[in-house]
Amino acid sequence: MTTQEWKFTSKEIANKPDLFLPGHRACAGCVPATVLKLVMKATRGPTIVTEATGCMEVVSSIYPYTSWATPWLHTAFETAAANASGIEAALKIMKKKGRISQEHVDVIAIAGDGGTFDIGFQALSGAVERGHDFLFLLYDNEAYMNTGIQRSSGTPHGAATTTSPAGSSVPGKLEYKKPLADIMIAHNMEYVATASPYYWRDLITKVRKGLEVEGPAFLHVFAPCPRGWRSNPAKSIEYSKLAVETCVFPIWEAVNGNYKLSSPSKLLSLAPQKKKPVSDYLKGQGRFRHMFKPENKALLDEVQNITDKRWEQLLKKCNLS
Amino acid sequence: MVKNLKQKMVALAGDQAVAFAAKQSDVDVVAAYPITPQTIIVEQFSEYVANGEVETEFICTESEHSAMAASIAASATGARAFTASASAGLALMHEMLFVASGCRVPVVMAIANRALSAPLNIHGDHSDSMAQRDSGWIQMYAENSQEAYDSIIQAFKIAENSNVLLPVMVGLDGFTLSHTLENVETFSDETVKEYVGIRKIANVLTHEGKLAPFRLDPKNPMTMGPIALQNYYFEFKRQQEEAMSNALMVIQNVNKEYGELSGRKYGNGLIDEYYLKDAEIAVICIGSTAGTMKTIVDQLRKEGIKAGLLRIRTFRPFPSEYIRTALSNVKAIAVMDKSMSFGGNGGPTFHEIRNALYDSNPRPFIVNYIYGLGGRDTSPTQLRTIYSDLQQILTKQTIDQSIKYLGLRE
Repeated sequence: MTTQEWKFTSKEIANKPDLFLPGHRACAGCVPATVLKLVMKATRGPTIVTEATGCMEVVSSIYPYTSWATPWLHTAFETAAANASGIEAALKIMKKKGRISQEHVDVIAIAGDGGTFDIGFQALSGAVERGHDFLFLLYDNEAYMNTGIQRSSGTPHGAATTTSPAGSSVPGKLEYKKPLADIMIAHNMEYVATASPYYWRDLITKVRKGLEVEGPAFLHVFAPCPRGWRSNPAKSIEYSKLAVETCVFPIWEAVNGNYKLSSPSKLLSLAPQKKKPVSDYLKGQGRFRHMFKPENKALLDEVQNITDKRWEQLLKKCNLS
Repeated sequence: MVKNLKQKMVALAGDQAVAFAAKQSDVDVVAAYPITPQTIIVEQFSEYVANGEVETEFICTESEHSAMAASIAASATGARAFTASASAGLALMHEMLFVASGCRVPVVMAIANRALSAPLNIHGDHSDSMAQRDSGWIQMYAENSQEAYDSIIQAFKIAENSNVLLPVMVGLDGFTLSHTLENVETFSDETVKEYVGIRKIANVLTHEGKLAPFRLDPKNPMTMGPIALQNYYFEFKRQQEEAMSNALMVIQNVNKEYGELSGRKYGNGLIDEYYLKDAEIAVICIGSTAGTMKTIVDQLRKEGIKAGLLRIRTFRPFPSEYIRTALSNVKAIAVMDKSMSFGGNGGPTFHEIRNALYDSNPRPFIVNYIYGLGGRDTSPTQLRTIYSDLQQILTKQTIDQSIKYLGLRE
């Protein structure tokens, strides 16, 4: 990673030609689509994108149309990181043999939570262990939305999905969200970060930092899905703000394993009274509706407890407690 | 290029011959995962990398699934990609095999053919690659290590031909070929490098009506591996079938041009005929069994029996018309299958042959022998009984049992 941080003005970003073009078939209020648009604003030169099967792959590549103004490859659900390995290796040797003209080509692998936390995890872990030079971008909408809202190991505790429905004896998903970014840090990665699109400058900066790493980098981006969350499409970006303000999804970065809170979360660590209760974030989302029934009070309390506990753990990792 | 070039005899096991051929073919990316009996290929290739004998990026993936994904992606980027697998590894790749052929990437893969679990068995049969026969890959099977060496080199020429652009798998019988030392005639590195050449990327028409190289090229952004729905998917599949059909001619041409360089031809590249011209009875088989069968045919011919052999070298595309022509005078045929199609009334080769010969007039008697599963040894004596069975069928003019198991404890 370069020592000097990339500075950009809003105007520069606005004027930079889109690489993720409009006209795709994403739903109204889809944050993953917004995330991709922002991510592609952070590129620094020729870039190849490879994407796992999932919402964003499907909405952006319906033949004979495409939203991609950059070379793009999809192969399967679990293969984003393996694809990136093959692309990076090919670029490296073709450059060595003088068969491509570019000095450097960045590689971005994109997957949703299913393609990252679950089915794509082995390929991701393998590619990172091998040290390929690529950025893995996880857009986390917290369930298998493309197939109709099934739970993944990225789905939060208590959320109702079609395979973890809120029934009379089981109140939604019982298991907790897998701490994926921490697991990636355990791979001794140079750069791991979390981001939320409400803080778009922070997101774009982190994408660029990830690209600048010579080796694998991992970026976990929070990405509300109004269809899957049963929430108002007009409030998707608001939820991506509330998730940070309630510490449900703190944003931070870890360079060589050294955790550091990013400004919005850092402010909450300095002024804990500003930290909002999780209910502010949960209410209005249909997937959590059952948690507000009196008989499920314990579940709501548990979500607050686990959020507080994980926040405290994070503060410790950041040497802030 | 000078014809009948100088060659050097080297003692190589089948796997080593494959690795050597891949090395000489100037492969850009090898992404692979170890599995018996293929392991020697990746081990040998790793040594080439470690000793700086190849300019290749070697990716030791964490699974065969990722090995195939990385091979597809490398090939889509424009590199020449090679991998190897067998048995469970090939089965794990199953999903990605269809992606490779659907993405039209000319990946070449060696398969050291091995039985599938369960029960676990590491020995040779054709269950693994036969289970992938409809994955859209060209499938070739070698009779010996020499052919394994030659076929790998040829496979790049076939796969990368702009009228084909399909992945190719080359099968060699696990242990029987993969681990058995044979004398192999080899070219110099330069000769193979020159023959195979640098991979040429075909130009395709973009949505803007421009011609652009069919690869992930930042100068000409292309969306590869898209979603295609009811309105386009079918056409993609039809095009793959067209490419398969084109491969029939390309494989023959490559066999011929390679034959002129090396002095070695494998029939017409699709099928290898042995004493078929005047044969009344014939056996059809795949792989190393053909070597033993040929010595049996020699004996039978000495005894005045009009016996012949047809070895299928290319199983996909299946050379139906060529087989029909080659067998036009044969009256009784035994098809040997080293794999099962459970509940399918005979093995996969039997199905194909019966299909191919349905239109023959007169239609010959056709029977099926399942043999050698899990590496079960099949002796020359056992193999010879197939011909005597065929003679009996001709005498009786009827088939008592159309599917038999050779060398099985019933």
